[in-house]
This record gives sequence, C-alpha cells and structure tokens, in this order.
Amino acid sequence: MTAELVRGQNHPLFQSRLEIRISAGTPIVAAAALGDENGRIRGTAWVAHPGAPTQPGLEVSRQAAADHRLAVDLDAMTDAVHRVSVLLALPAPAGAPGPSRFGAVAAPFVAVTGLDGDEVASYTITGLEAESAVVALELYRRQGAWKVRAVGQGYAGGLTELLTDQGLPEAVQLAGSINEAVAQGLARSVQAPPPRTSDGDRSRQAAAPAVGPDQGGTAPQGATGPVPPSYGGQPAGGPGQDGPQPAYGGAGTADPSTATGGGPVNYSHPRRQTSAPPPPPAAPQPRPGQPAQPVAGDATGWSMEERLYNQVWGMFEDLARTTAAYRSAVDFAESRMDKELEQALSDPRSRIGGQGDAARESARARHAELVGQARESLDRDLAQLVAEADVVEPALPPAFARWDNPAWHAYRVPMEIPMALRLGDLRLPEAERIRIPMLLRLPLERGLWIDSGRTDGIDGSFTDSHDMRRLAMETAVAHAARLLAVYPAGEFTVHVIDPAGSGAQALAPLTQTGVLAAPPAQGAAGVTDVLSRLTQRVDLVQMALRGGAPDALPPGFDTSQQLLVVNDFPHGFDDRAVNQLRYLADEGPSVGVHLMMVADREESAGYGPLLDPLWRSLLRLTPVPDDHLADPWVGHAWTYEPPLVPPGSQVLHQVLTQVAAARRSWNR
Amino acid sequence: MTKGQAISLQKNDGGSLTAVRMGLGWQAAPRRGLFGSRTREIDLDASAVLFADKQPVDVVFFRHLVSDDGSVRHTGDNLVGGVGQGGDDEAILVDLSRVPVHIDQIVFTVNSFTGQTFQEVQNAFCRLVDETNGQELARYTLAGGGAYTAQIMAKVHRTGTGWTMTALGNPANGRTFQDLMPAILPVL
Repeated sequence: MTAELVRGQNHPLFQSRLEIRISAGTPIVAAAALGDENGRIRGTAWVAHPGAPTQPGLEVSRQAAADHRLAVDLDAMTDAVHRVSVLLALPAPAGAPGPSRFGAVAAPFVAVTGLDGDEVASYTITGLEAESAVVALELYRRQGAWKVRAVGQGYAGGLTELLTDQGLPEAVQLAGSINEAVAQGLARSVQAPPPRTSDGDRSRQAAAPAVGPDQGGTAPQGATGPVPPSYGGQPAGGPGQDGPQPAYGGAGTADPSTATGGGPVNYSHPRRQTSAPPPPPAAPQPRPGQPAQPVAGDATGWSMEERLYNQVWGMFEDLARTTAAYRSAVDFAESRMDKELEQALSDPRSRIGGQGDAARESARARHAELVGQARESLDRDLAQLVAEADVVEPALPPAFARWDNPAWHAYRVPMEIPMALRLGDLRLPEAERIRIPMLLRLPLERGLWIDSGRTDGIDGSFTDSHDMRRLAMETAVAHAARLLAVYPAGEFTVHVIDPAGSGAQALAPLTQTGVLAAPPAQGAAGVTDVLSRLTQRVDLVQMALRGGAPDALPPGFDTSQQLLVVNDFPHGFDDRAVNQLRYLADEGPSVGVHLMMVADREESAGYGPLLDPLWRSLLRLTPVPDDHLADPWVGHAWTYEPPLVPPGSQVLHQVLTQVAAARRSWNR
Repeated sequence: MTKGQAISLQKNDGGSLTAVRMGLGWQAAPRRGLFGSRTREIDLDASAVLFADKQPVDVVFFRHLVSDDGSVRHTGDNLVGGVGQGGDDEAILVDLSRVPVHIDQIVFTVNSFTGQTFQEVQNAFCRLVDETNGQELARYTLAGGGAYTAQIMAKVHRTGTGWTMTALGNPANGRTFQDLMPAILPVL
C-alpha cells in the first residue's frame, strides 16, 4: 500500500532500511541531511551530498540526475540523529545549462520504498515556483519509531539558503562544494542532452513504435476504428531510431513505476490545481502567418501504411472541398454579374449618357474582385496541398506508389497484404499540378472494367480503336502486375482469357516472367475451360462457407485470391460462358475471385440489356485520361489517369521476375 | 442574456474570430403521471444556413452534415438529447477562414423536429463558442421558453476583413430550417 502524502502529512515507517526514489523531469541534485533533536544540522559531516556521497546510514548519488535512489539505514544512525531530510536542488546555473527554478520543470516525485521495492509512501512536490532548492521529505524519530513527513519547503536562494535555514554554520561553503562536486560529476558523465526542442519532440514521437495489429486484412478500418494518437513523423523513423531523449535516464535506473519513458510527466493531481502545470511538450509550431509544414503520415492510423492511406484520403477530400468552394464562389459571381448587367440594360435611365456603361463596368469589376478573392484562397489551399503531396508521394509504399517511384526499384516480395492498392491518379482542372493517388481497399470488392471503347480524350486527342485496345490491354497488365506484386508470394493467382490471342504482345510481361498460373486461354474451348474451373471454385468455396466448414475444402486446394483477365469480350463467348461470367462478377468477390474485363461495351451490344448489370457491377477504368469518376463528398468529375509504366522502363519486368522467383521457391 | 437581445461581438483585429461552434444540448422531458420511465423523446436539431447576398447557397443540417466546401461541419444528429448535464448534444463547427469568399452570412437555427415547444424541453440550452479559445460568446436557455418550436439563434457575417457575430434569439415555428426561411430573411 502506498500512501500518497500531501504536504505536511506523515506516515509511519516499519522498516529501517529504506530506499528513497526521486524522479524529476530534469537532472537535479539530491542530498540528505541529518538533524539533531532541534532539527539543526550540526556540521558538514551531517550532510550526504555528491561531494561526500556516503555518511553513516546514508548514501546518495555522486551527480545530478533525473532519477535518484538514496539508500537510508535508520538503524545505523547515531542516537543524536533525530531527523533525516531529503534535499533536492537544481544544479547551479554555472554548473549546468538548464532550468534555474522548480516552477519551470515537472513536479518532482519522491517515494519511500522498502528494500523489496514496495512503495511505503510517495509525495509529489507541487506548487514550486521560483525555488531552486527544496526539502522534499523528512524521516523523523517520534517516541522511538520513525515516521516520514512530506515537507515540500522550497528556497528561492538555493542550497545556501536551505542549509542556513537548517542551522548549518558552514552553509555557504558546503553549498559551494556541493555545486563544485556536481559540476565535476557533470564533466565526468555523458554530455547532458540538449533541452528538448520542437524538432526533438517530433523525432521522439516518430521513434515511438506504433503498436497495432498486423497490416493488411486484419487492419482496422481507419474510418471506424478507434482513433489512436497521431504520430507525426518521418516515415523512415522506426522503433530503433533514437531522437534526442528527454532528460531521463541519466542515472540509468529509471523505475517504470515512478518514471515513464515519455515526456515530462506532471505527477500532480489533475484536479488539485496547486501550481501551474508544467508546460506541455512543445508541439511543432508553424511560424506565424504560415501554415505548418506538411509531414508524410500526418493522419490517424495504427501503422504508417494506414496513416498514409488516411492522409491521401484527407488530401482527396480537402481538394474536393476547396475546389467546391472556389467553383461556387465563381458561379455566384457570374450569376450576380449577369443579374446586374440585365438590370443595367433594362433600366431606361441607363440608355442616356454614360450611366449604363458605368453600371456595366462596376458589375464586371465586382465579378472580377470576387473571382480574384476566390482564386486567392484556392491558390493558398493548393499550395498547401502541393507541399503535402511533395512529401507524401515519395513516402508511399509500393502498393500506393506510382510505377516511377523508387519504392518499386527497391521492391521486395511482401509478407503481408497491403490495405489498399493504387489504381491510378485523380486530378481536377483547377489543380493540374496535384495528382491524388486513387487508392482502393484490398481485397477488391468489385471487378474492374478497362474500357477499350472509343473515348474522345479530354484533351481533344483522338485515339483510334486499335491503339485503344492495345492501351487498354497494357493498362490491364499493369494493374494485374501490381496486384501480383503487392500480395505475398503465392497468394494471388492471375488467369487470362485471350480468345483470339490479340493481347499477346501486351501480355508479354506476364507471360515472359512466368507469373501466370497457365498460358492465356485461347479459343472457345479455352474460354469454357477457364470459366468452368473458376465457376466450380466459387461454388465449392461458397458451399464450404455456407455449410460452416471452410476447412473441409479438398487438400491442396489453392486458397489464393484469383483474378481473371478477360480480353476481347465477347469474342469466343457463347451464352453459357456469358452467364458464367456474370455469375463470377456477382458471386466471385466474396470468395476471392475477381474479374478484370478489357472490353468495349459497344461490341457486346448484341446481348441487349442482359449485360447492363454486368457493366454496372464493375468499376470502370480507362486506358487514357478520362473524367468519369466522382468523389463521394461533392461529386466533382475527376480526371482519372491510369498508372502506366514509364515508357522504356524495365520496372515491371524486374518486379515480376522477383514475384516469379518468390512463387517458385514458395511452391517448392 | 435575455431572449431577443442582440449583441455584436466585434473583434478588434477581425482576424481573431476564426472558428465558432454552435452547441445545442437538452434532455427529454419526463412524462407526467404513471409509467414515468416512458419519457417522451425530444429531437432538437441545429442547422446552419449559408447565405451569399441574401440567397441561401448551402445548408448544414442532419441530412447534409458538411457544407460542400467543408468549412461548416455538423457533428451528427442526436435524436434524444443527452442524459447528463451541460454537454453539447449537437454542434456545428464553422471554420471561418475557409468559408468561401462569396458567403457573407451564416445563420444558426434550432428546431424541434418532434414538435414539442421549448416549454416542454428540459435543460435545453444553446450556446455559441469561440472554438479557438473555448470562450462562450453567448448562451440561451431554451427550456421553459415560449410556445414556439424554433429559434433563430445568431448570425455570423462578414465585416471588412473579418467576421462579426450577432446574437439574435428570435423565436419562430417550424420543423426544419426550411420552415424558418421566411423568419430568417428579415434578419439578414
């Protein structure tokens, strides 16, 4: 049982051999003084201090530290000793850089413990202000028994004043020798860490390990999960990276019960406002008038990946909303100008003289002013988002990164499924410089449709249908390769149906590296074969799940996620195959079978409305930039750009070679 | 302060009033007579209407929780009020620095969606808070008020480079903010 003492309170001591633990947020000097029956210190020999650390029954540490353990043996005291005072002092300013008053540091905490480490009594010294020395506790004899009392008497004049008050004649000399010993101790010891700055605080936070469940499938949904503390920090920061540590640990004996490893802890009772709380850890403050510097991973999440994912979505929403603000302001300015111009026109007085011209002029000026203001605030927001994108984009893991990101050159086959996949980039015409990564949660919930139909490029360029098909197939291969690469070895299988073999050239990266489960299926027979195998698979897994026996699947059953890439639909498809395809699109995603159609909707028009549900159930992507995607907040039309491999880059080949190698060793 | 009293909260430097919150809190009225546990639920709703040149441009209420530009946010609909004392059960946060430039007035309203008048509501209050420092700018006690079902609480409007808040507290009647439009327009 620990008695938490308040100032003036006492508590009996039943042990004679005690340890007194002291912890403070900064290095302090600890000493112990003996007093006679009148409370006086009879001489310098009655004080245990860093210059003379041992006295009969007393031992203190030799140097200033944030944590101290003082050993006390009350049985070893002579009969003349009636009182043992525990003294704390801040190192004199000459001896060490640092605070010169207790009001500027965290409230010191003192605990009396037995040799077994059990706390007998503890006391947090609150309410200190200008004092630089304090009598923390005293152990005193009362009717033959020892007791402890919380004192907390501070002295603004430091140790000199304290010792003088205790009746020591040589107070000045002793205080001087203590300070000298402390200064020597500091010189001996490791250089004290510099005071924590805002930067130091940040890197310490980055070094805090983000404890959480495994990433991937089991990661909690960022939007709905509990909100963990946000660690702003560099992505490179890992648990092993040490930033400047807070001034703990100087004595190397930090006790978890009395000193936590975090920042300065205020031990005072939260509702007992006896003193001003110590200043909170300085958060990185933006310079006045300037927004804070953006940091990658500056969002909530249990892992860096989740934080980046949430940050990207935050940027997406911010861009959507700030653009909405701009557009509505411009719309309003235009409608107001129209109204005013109409008024000026219909006003008969304006037909005479220059009045009408003046009214028109002022309407235009009002329009220009409002649009200018709107543009100004849009530009301010865009600049912030550009700065954020500049730090976020390079920090993205491969699954979120563009193909030209160095993360792909440093690619290693992952051990865990990422939480999301980058399907491309999104941008708005007002902000051509900002590309928002379009991140889709994994596992896929719906199939993908790479539209090889003719779209007039939004930049007015025209792509002929042959080029379009080739581009669509290349896009599909890039998506499929990315999926293969971000899943752990053997957990993702890609099947290809290419009935006429027209996609052979685009499929080369997949076929040459040998990452496909089987060569692309050709002809009507091949189509039927692949489709019936996958349909059977869906049936089997569904049966097992519905029967509540997912472990009853046949031995050797491939449990990986399946992706079926279909080129040239509906060539080579009979009615039965079309029905199987629709079945896969509807039922497949829930059992890990996904569809990627590379198709032109016009070509399957012969099926009539039968296929409309199929197209609607797929997420439409385009091989060329196209503005067909809407955001969930405001509904802007965003321009989608497919994630194409830079021309001439070998990154796809290199990555897939690694995937194939990992797959071979995994199969073995 | 009393109902209907209008005070201007002009900040000297204009820029310091950057974020305001309208908080609304209430408790369901206990039923009189037997079966006292069967309290009648009361659903009050806080709304904010954004005006540009006296035309409503956007509205934030329980069906549209965030204005399109993201500057005004509703913390979510509360259908039954709070059980404790003092806390805001619904709140609308306005980030004044992000409000689109053409929006020049934002009007805050409170409606009784379930139709009880403020006479029947317990411990209902509505307050306007400066979000930057937590200081309460204005507070109305709605409980025991008159036989009306809505109140136009306050408006925040542009003056020069900054924003000014005027507390209104005008009583009105209506189920949602749409019913209040005729009552709002005169105060713009």
